[in-house]
Amino acid sequence: MSNPVTATNGAQFAGMATVADAGLQGMITLRGDLSSKVLAAAVKAATGAKVPAQRKIETSESGAAAWMSPDELLLLVPYEAAVATTAELAEALKGEHALTANVSDARSFFTISGEGARETLAKISPVDLSPEAFAPGDFRRSRTAQVAAAFWLEADGSLRLVCFRSVGAYMFNLLSNAAHPQSAVGVYQG
Amino acid sequence: MLILECPYCGVKAEETELASGGEAHLKRFGPGSDDEQFHDYLFMRENPKGVHFERWRHANGCGKWFHAARCTMTMEVFGTYAAQAYEPPQEIKDKITAKRPGWSWREFSDASE
Repeated sequence: MSNPVTATNGAQFAGMATVADAGLQGMITLRGDLSSKVLAAAVKAATGAKVPAQRKIETSESGAAAWMSPDELLLLVPYEAAVATTAELAEALKGEHALTANVSDARSFFTISGEGARETLAKISPVDLSPEAFAPGDFRRSRTAQVAAAFWLEADGSLRLVCFRSVGAYMFNLLSNAAHPQSAVGVYQG
Repeated sequence: MLILECPYCGVKAEETELASGGEAHLKRFGPGSDDEQFHDYLFMRENPKGVHFERWRHANGCGKWFHAARCTMTMEVFGTYAAQAYEPPQEIKDKITAKRPGWSWREFSDASE
């Protein structure tokens, strides 16, 4: 059988923040009416999380649901379960005006952790990442240098970032460069 | 730097997160229209110094189209509203009237005039 690997295959960089390839992650795009009860039940069954509020991510033990736009969610599930869960979702949403797609292999996934995590991302993105403006559970789609990305803050203060797989290597280099130990600005700290 | 609030995701998005879609509220004339109307639809654009209505897309974000009313001279933004609107909502028109009495843009203008 095939041996799935990520675009950056476990790469890591330690600087003012630690940038790491977060490995294979099951991701499902779900479009539909987010106020629908059927959809909410299907999301709950697939991820264990409820439908998130605007620009939020709801996490559970087995997965997460993130708000991508007024009619789109990004569901995080274990990588091995993605294909089966996508089929189950499609089945559960029969009759609804909804669409599901397994995008696990079309995305790259990174963690940015450590003291300088907020600063590292703030350098390349036009988003206010101060602790007052961006708290754990907040989710944001935006731009990082030249490419689109989505990111959120975990309860432990580390950031998770999702981008297209085709720009995965670019994203890793970009984040590593922004996390260079001699490039610290010292914003958002102390 | 132009900062517009996306009416769909509530983000105060700056220009680099957005893609400009040109002039708003263009009317495409259908079957039975004459060459003059089609010419105007294709080529005739406003180039005002002052109040202007534009289409924008939150390209590096939720991906939705929306409308924006702003002043081309001062970069002041009067407001943003849904892409599905055929004309600016009254609330936006009132805001513009409060700040730019006597404004006009294509068929829309200060209603108190």
